[in-house]
Amino acid sequence: MADTLRVNPINCSGHGVCAELLPELVTLDEWGYPIIANSPVPPALDLEARRAVAACPALALKLLRA
Amino acid sequence: MTMAPANETVDEATGGAARPYASGLPRLLPLVPGVPEDLRAHLARHGRLPYRGGPGLLIGSVEEAGLTGRGGAAFLVSRKLAIVARARGRKVIVANGAESEPASHKDALLLRAAPNLVLDGLQLAAEAIGAREAYLYLHPGVSPEILRALNQREAAGLDWLGVTIVEAPPRFLAGQESALVNRLGGGPAVPTFVPPRVSERGLGGAPTLVQNVETLAHLALIARYGPRWFRALGTAQEPGSMLTTVHTQPSGGSAGSSPPGQHNTQIIEAEIGTPLRALIHQDSVQAVLIGGFHGTWLPITTIGTLTLDNEALKTHGAALGAGVIAALPADRCGLAEAARVVRYLAAESAGQCGPCLNGLPRMAAALAELSGRGHRRQTRTDLERWAGLVTGRGACNHPDGTVRFVRSALTVFAPEISLHARGLCSATNRTPFLPLPGGMPMTEDDWT
Amino acid sequence: MSGTTAFWYASRATGVVALLLLTAVLVLGILVNRQGRLPGLPRFAVTSLHRNISLLAVAFITVHVLTAVLDTFVSIPLLSSVIPFASGYERLWLGLGAISFDLMLAMIITSLVRGRLNRILWRAIHLLAYLCWPVAFAHSIGSSKDLQHGWLLDLSIACALIVAAAALWRLASAARQLPRAARVAAILAQHAPHATRQAHERISR
Repeated sequence: MADTLRVNPINCSGHGVCAELLPELVTLDEWGYPIIANSPVPPALDLEARRAVAACPALALKLLRA
Repeated sequence: MTMAPANETVDEATGGAARPYASGLPRLLPLVPGVPEDLRAHLARHGRLPYRGGPGLLIGSVEEAGLTGRGGAAFLVSRKLAIVARARGRKVIVANGAESEPASHKDALLLRAAPNLVLDGLQLAAEAIGAREAYLYLHPGVSPEILRALNQREAAGLDWLGVTIVEAPPRFLAGQESALVNRLGGGPAVPTFVPPRVSERGLGGAPTLVQNVETLAHLALIARYGPRWFRALGTAQEPGSMLTTVHTQPSGGSAGSSPPGQHNTQIIEAEIGTPLRALIHQDSVQAVLIGGFHGTWLPITTIGTLTLDNEALKTHGAALGAGVIAALPADRCGLAEAARVVRYLAAESAGQCGPCLNGLPRMAAALAELSGRGHRRQTRTDLERWAGLVTGRGACNHPDGTVRFVRSALTVFAPEISLHARGLCSATNRTPFLPLPGGMPMTEDDWT
Repeated sequence: MSGTTAFWYASRATGVVALLLLTAVLVLGILVNRQGRLPGLPRFAVTSLHRNISLLAVAFITVHVLTAVLDTFVSIPLLSSVIPFASGYERLWLGLGAISFDLMLAMIITSLVRGRLNRILWRAIHLLAYLCWPVAFAHSIGSSKDLQHGWLLDLSIACALIVAAAALWRLASAARQLPRAARVAAILAQHAPHATRQAHERISR
């Protein structure tokens, strides 16, 4: 059961830690804000995704149950 | 702050007389245009307020009637009612009369001309969901007719729930559902992140039903006359009538005349499915904006075949939205109009989400450059890139709606863009056509 | 060297290291908040260092406390490390140590369960860092003769200056930051200052 990665754009202030920890799913736009792939997180990346969620200084990243 | 610009006339027309198949109109608007219906006239015309006697009982009728929201999103009303009705605990209902769309005046008119229909609908919906708190959310300058209606109803013991009026700041986003709940809770009228939807967790954590005032007015009639009556007008998928705000430039000699060059605004209650050409004259119109500032520009050539319903409009990437129909005269510059609107939309961003905060002002600048004399080739590319970057990346639909407006403008006014690139412009009239409020939000106070 | 002296030295040494680590943690915390970078390191290095060094600091303080308790020269009850002013020996200064340790524990525990906590509550508790460090500093200077002269005093003062400078910079940065309501106006002014006038004035026919 794959989860989806989502960002709360109000809380996000563009730290960019998520893009470093999860480059397969997150890239930064020209202003430093994350662009998140819409697809569910592949199982192989699940742990990395959880690390990225924990590492976000603004607590803006969330893993939503599918 | 008033939403209707100066030197414009806002007439109401029933639209009924012009179309033989649209008998049964007006439904919402008063029988005599320009004469508001006070409580006595309202009761004489529509009869007593038909409370059902308990929660949930009205929802079946609303579902059968197929009523969809008239605030822009067009959700099935019965579904929203059911979600909140099903929830436990304290529940809240809000009549959303904060018509933040500058080009839309239908809600303001409805609240002046038929306030009792709106207030009936509010009470009936409150009963249906079992709400204990009712609010009426309005822009500043509450019409005396609303206050009078509330007083008369209180004196007559009509309302089972007291209604609290809460003022909305004059912001484009003030009427957005989560911004509304935020404002009601004492905060600024800026959107919050969804999920959870306000119908699950809204004001003070309670499930909150937010309905546009026109939707509530229709509901008040469905409760009286039944779903079959409601479906007598409209299409099978989109039954009923709707209020539209139609902006035209009257050519000399048309009825209702203002001198040529002036802007005419009419509120027309029309049957859904009405051919658009019945609402606007096609001569000397270059394009039509449908929906509002988050709507879609369509070239005049399409208007001949299109009808006033989402099924038909969908095929052209458009939607009814807030019911705004603006027929841009051929003598204006569509690019300049679009640039002015996008600058307004950029200024009205809540500034909470990085992509919107950064993207919309840049898009406004790009459009301004396109509408000037000559532009860099890079500008067009940048504009497209920014449009893609902001879509779906805000907490609300503000960037998405703005992009829809921009992309349709770039398509419809493509010939104008080429002209401007060569330093020319086809416009002979520089008077701005679309209504825009002046000023810009600067401080937190501007949002409360 | 007798056992008691070893414990006592260990306690003093770990205390000094803890103070240095806490200084680093506070500066790194400010860096994280202001989206600052450490040269040559990725962004997540700043957040990771902040987190890991804070845990290391707690580890050092734990040893610092245990060795002080185990040392038999003076009697320091274990609980006085978290219950302020519960020690007979140097009641005030150790009490301050307990207060700062409590604050630290609150910050770290809330950070470990950040995902489940209300954001505003987490942030409010985390702001206690600006109280925690001065209290820890007072504890350090007051309870240890070592830090009151010589190179250890210089070191302590250097830490205090670093923290003061960092905190002042943080305040100034916050004061410069535009409130939400003014941000849009600022960006619009920057990119589209005369947008509406541009629209028509420069057109020739």
